[in-house]
Amino acid sequence: MPYNIVALLKRVPDTESKITLRDNAVVTEGLNFVLDPYGEYGLEKALQLVEQHGGKVTAVLCGPADAKETIRKALAVGADDAVHLSDPAFEGGDAAATARVLAAALKQIPFDLIWSGKQAVDQDNAQVPERVAELLDLPHVNSVIEFTLAADGKTARCVREVDGERDVMTTTLPAIFTAQQGLGELRYPSLKGIMGAKKKPITDWNAAALGLDVAAVGAAGAKFQVIQLEPPPARPPGKIIPGDAQTAAQELARLLHEESKII
Amino acid sequence: MSNNILIIAEGRADGLKKVSFELVNVAQPLAAALGGAVQGAVVGSNVGAWANTLAQTGVTQVYVADDAGLQNFAPESYTTALAALIHAAQPAVVLFGATGWGKEVSARVAAQLDWGLATDCTAAQIVNGALVLTRPVYAGKAIAQVQAKSFPIMASIRPNIAPPAETNKTAAPIQAVTITLKEPRAQVVETVAQQKSKVDLGEANVVVAGGRGVKGPEGFAPLNELADTLNAAIGASRAAVDAGWIDYTHQVGQTGKTVAPKLYIAAGISGAIQHLAGMSSSKVIVAINKDPDAPIFKVADYGIVGDLFDVVPALNAAIKKEQGN
Ligand SMILES: Cc1cc2nc3c(=O)[nH]c(=O)nc-3n(C[C@H](O)[C@H](O)[C@H](O)COP(=O)(O)OP(=O)(O)OC[C@H]3O[C@@H](n4cnc5c(N)ncnc54)[C@H](O)[C@@H]3O)c2cc1C
Ligand SMILES: Nc1ncnc2c1ncn2[C@@H]1O[C@H](COP(=O)(O)O)[C@@H](O)[C@H]1O
Repeated sequence: MPYNIVALLKRVPDTESKITLRDNAVVTEGLNFVLDPYGEYGLEKALQLVEQHGGKVTAVLCGPADAKETIRKALAVGADDAVHLSDPAFEGGDAAATARVLAAALKQIPFDLIWSGKQAVDQDNAQVPERVAELLDLPHVNSVIEFTLAADGKTARCVREVDGERDVMTTTLPAIFTAQQGLGELRYPSLKGIMGAKKKPITDWNAAALGLDVAAVGAAGAKFQVIQLEPPPARPPGKIIPGDAQTAAQELARLLHEESKII
Repeated sequence: MSNNILIIAEGRADGLKKVSFELVNVAQPLAAALGGAVQGAVVGSNVGAWANTLAQTGVTQVYVADDAGLQNFAPESYTTALAALIHAAQPAVVLFGATGWGKEVSARVAAQLDWGLATDCTAAQIVNGALVLTRPVYAGKAIAQVQAKSFPIMASIRPNIAPPAETNKTAAPIQAVTITLKEPRAQVVETVAQQKSKVDLGEANVVVAGGRGVKGPEGFAPLNELADTLNAAIGASRAAVDAGWIDYTHQVGQTGKTVAPKLYIAAGISGAIQHLAGMSSSKVIVAINKDPDAPIFKVADYGIVGDLFDVVPALNAAIKKEQGN
């Protein structure tokens, strides 16, 4: 039985990249952007399910106009088409505002299940998928590491890990799932995939196309405003303890006892 | 809406988690600044004992949603129950612990109530009448101060940023809140507790962590011995986890657990930015690495350049001796 699967993907700076700050914002020129890594695990699972059962994977990304390049990466690894939610009015949104945009778009896209990441590694919000689930009145399962669809396609069984415990959860479909690492191995795009991605369709929707009130999205719709963004305070320089293992270990134990008073 | 702060307590089989008591102390100055009180809430099945404990932490009121339907975790049922508690308390601010559970349920409740939520905050204060939260972002490469535009508002607070409140106060009144649950569509049907160190990673005072340098599952043995001596939890880098040497639940870092213990000992961990994101707010950091140029030494208070298989057992012996003094 074929499935329509949506993969929610955010564009984020590569976690290896150096972050430069100016005027309480991240300088984006020269920054290397990637698909959010946990969203990619979700995309991978979506692709596998469609390979097994047939159907289609639609990548959905809400982000600025120049995020197209990043969306193509999802098409290059195998997503069939993509929806780019982009409008100057969407910018500066917090999780609440972004979830509103995604929920409005998902009302226009047919789906049987939605994959997303458990958290996007830029803001570490870990709340957009749960919010979308609530806004669309869908069940959700968080931090999924194993996933099995029932033969009738009406329910799914997931193993997920949270707070040191491993849970088995079941849910009816449609539902939203958030991916945790361990769900699968990521694939790399082939040259053919990269070439083919150029021909795959990307639909653009702005606030008007979604019938969204611009006061409810982006910075205007956000419940928070960033008043300061600064590098973390530097830690004072540390001490390298010299000597062989025995000597250094004894000195360290003494320092932890006498200087830091921890042991 | 009142000027009160409502803290959502969280427990497990052996009682309330430490973060629940820490939330009381995070909330006190906020309540004082707003001219309100700190109230608490517990949710679950058979959670009377949790409510009684929470009532003795200095909160002025405890709200309880106790329902057999909350026996097994189900996001929708917990969302319904928490929304009912918040509705009964009418707070200006709701604080959750930034645990896996806290982050998951707070997001869904925030959407249901259409409130803002700031995740995993390391400080909370009232500035000119507004709630201002501190959040590390971009794998700890930047620290954001976010201001709530209005009340009511929610935040989840990272464990270990405040001392836990004591349970020696006069018991506050406890109010049961009745809830009506629908059959949840998604729910836990089975829970397998992980074989894990005796001490919970998120709450531990001392963490002993190993990375690729431990070279295999058996390489964690000297770390386990040191952890026993220090009553520490075991942490790991993602490289050690991905290699299958230790379970995911031990992963420290941006996408694993965030820890802020009094002492963090990193052995055979290079100190990648994503690892630092999870532990760089520890009070004292010790690095043991055979590469003197490993980035972990840049954040370490004390470093030993050497083979962990020599240094860790020697450290264990030296600490035992020091503890004997
Ligand atoms: C999106 C994303 C999220 C990530 N999230 C996390 C995360 O949450 N947590 C995390 O840890 N990583 C995370 N990573 C991975 C991170 O980038 C690093 O790859 C990882 O932390 C490296 O682990 P390591 O330090 O154990 O291994 P390595 O970098 O290989 O370092 C091993 C170290 O051990 C030392 N060593 C070797 N043998 C010995 C010995 N006998 N004695 C002493 N020292 C020895 C070496 O000198 C070296 O410094 C993430 C990466 C990405 C892209
Ligand atoms: N702007 C966005 N566009 C598409 N998906 C998003 C966006 N923001 C968040 N998501 C999805 O929600 C997950 C968690 O993100 P967050 O709640 O922001 O940490 C991500 O892994 C994505 O799957």
